[in-house]
Amino acid sequence: MDYATLLQVLDSSIRLATPLLLACLAGLYSERAGVFDIGLEGKMLIAAMTSASVAAIYGSVWLGLVAGVLASMAFALIHGVASITFRGNQLISGVALNFVAAGITVLIAQHLFGQGGRTPSLEGAARFLPIDLPLAGAFASVPVVGTLYAEVISGHSLLVYAAALLVPLTAFVLYRTRYGLRLRAVGENPASVDTAGVSVRNLRYSAVLITGVLCGLAGVYLACALQAGFGRDMTAGRGYIALAALIFAKWRPWHALWACLLFGFFQALALRPDVVETVTFMKVPVPFLDALPYMLTVIVLAGLVGKAIPPRAGGEPYVKER
Amino acid sequence: MTKLPKWADLALVPIISLVLAALCAALVLLAIGQDPLAALAVMVNGALGSASGWGYTLYYATSFIFTGLAVTVAFHGGLFNIGGEGQALLGGLGVALACLFIPWPHWSLALIGAAVLGMAFGGAWAAVPAYLQAKRGSHIVITTIMFNYIAAALMVYLLVDFLRPPGSMDPASARFAAELSLPKFHDMPFLQDFLLKYDPEGAVKLTKDGLPQYQRVPANITFFIALACAYLVWLLMWHTRLGYEIRAFGKQEKAANYAGISSFKITMTAMMISGALSGLMAINNVMGQSERLLQNSAEGAGFIGIAVALMGRNHPVGVILAAVLFGFLYQGGAALGMNTTIPVELRTVLQGLVILFTGALNMMVAQMLGWFFRPRAQTRKGGA
Repeated sequence: MDYATLLQVLDSSIRLATPLLLACLAGLYSERAGVFDIGLEGKMLIAAMTSASVAAIYGSVWLGLVAGVLASMAFALIHGVASITFRGNQLISGVALNFVAAGITVLIAQHLFGQGGRTPSLEGAARFLPIDLPLAGAFASVPVVGTLYAEVISGHSLLVYAAALLVPLTAFVLYRTRYGLRLRAVGENPASVDTAGVSVRNLRYSAVLITGVLCGLAGVYLACALQAGFGRDMTAGRGYIALAALIFAKWRPWHALWACLLFGFFQALALRPDVVETVTFMKVPVPFLDALPYMLTVIVLAGLVGKAIPPRAGGEPYVKER
Repeated sequence: MTKLPKWADLALVPIISLVLAALCAALVLLAIGQDPLAALAVMVNGALGSASGWGYTLYYATSFIFTGLAVTVAFHGGLFNIGGEGQALLGGLGVALACLFIPWPHWSLALIGAAVLGMAFGGAWAAVPAYLQAKRGSHIVITTIMFNYIAAALMVYLLVDFLRPPGSMDPASARFAAELSLPKFHDMPFLQDFLLKYDPEGAVKLTKDGLPQYQRVPANITFFIALACAYLVWLLMWHTRLGYEIRAFGKQEKAANYAGISSFKITMTAMMISGALSGLMAINNVMGQSERLLQNSAEGAGFIGIAVALMGRNHPVGVILAAVLFGFLYQGGAALGMNTTIPVELRTVLQGLVILFTGALNMMVAQMLGWFFRPRAQTRKGGA
């Protein structure tokens, strides 16, 4: 494999890692606050459909972005009501919302556009276009480093860079602010937060809504940047892979970045069976490559790369003692 | 919160949940400019309005009884098995291998062989996540979801590279031998009388040989096997030591450990029984209906099992009722897809809503009912 091919694979790794990273950080807020969220998938899907529809109708990707994020937040709010207010089973609520999203996106897209549950192709201002970073053109002629900068780092859509910036931001919020301290505390020991006079309910709702925003961005990226439009079940399990990346990262923001890049790399490899064949000198079946991210997830979950300990109060509704 | 009377908790809560789910779905239909009542009429007519509609409804119900029981057994052990879909796919592989490569003398023997192999494959597919949960603490919900995706990829690989007959383009196995065909409802005495074909004058249509003609339906003998399985699960859960251990483990793991119940043993057994039941589903869809292995043979039935188990309150009787209900939704949804402009995905929405209301918002429903039951309870106390 030559250097140019490697750059191509890395470039597509970054593209594919971005929705995973956004969803993974989304899950991080919710799970750090003690609310498990299996429904990342569904929120991405509803955001993808809503943003693509609005962008297609009004021709503006920014309106699409706002609509997609709002739709995802609405789903997050339902999850919050079920798991915080009514102390329901958080896993079941997430699974349920995934099904609702899978069905309702097709119903609405079919109603709006009548194209078998797809939205029309997005073009021009209805899509996030690649951005060339400063000096990308100038560096492109510099061997190795310059081409890496021009081919891999530069030339992505805005949301890719936003996702990358969200990593340090999340790390800062989580470890350097009062809100972050309380968020982590409410996921480990909500009673202590309650005793300190801080509302467990409000904290958890805020975390769930942040999850909604970030999942919304992930969905918008899928429909309006990575691809040009919405297609049924276009998330294809990314919400679950993001969840696995979160566990792999042990619920830490910087590790989430590396985990998502790794999973993105595997997804990129699955798209290039020819590259895999030249590197391994074997004919690797495509279904095997498709299943690779999922198998890696299982291996990660099996604790073969260190034990992951979730936030202690995760999945348990908080009941104030009387 | 007011404690509900037992009958209200058992019957009213699922019914109210169902009504709420239906109302939400109706709102969705209104939002996309459709008439919910007309849609309901199409569904009822398509699924229950004719004997052949029932033949399809009960065919789907058969699959859902198997997967619903599978989820139920795992739920009692405190395990949320979302992997029914993958286990059913693997079960389909087992059934197909049994039917393709063993020369059975009679369909009844083939059914037994296929059932055993389907259960073994499904159980084995569930055993890996169970082992990882019991020994390595990896969360069974995530691993079973991953195993669904891996199973789907595995089926594509096996069908395309090994099981596809030479010269065929679709990713599907060869047809099973004709003599392995299971008896359908239209082949069974008594049941077939409901499926007689009539000509416009109201007389029974006859074949050339003078025999009556019947409408062909996919519901088959495995429906009765599903009912038998429901009975066996009931026996297992409430009348055997193992069932008691599974339930104790599901209620309180630490207490169960203290009483000498092994976490490892129960996690493995409960999940393998669950996987085996999901795998057994394949005798209905693969052997009973398509008579060859298709790429996506389970068609989401594994996931519907979750809704069925929740709706059926994790009891075999409830599971049977809920499975018939979902059979109705499934067949009715197909009728919607064929006769109206409403996409069949409406049934996915309904399925999600039922899971949401019965599994996650059950406290809300119980609270609502609590308001209803509270005043009466108080007046009674006041009067005494």
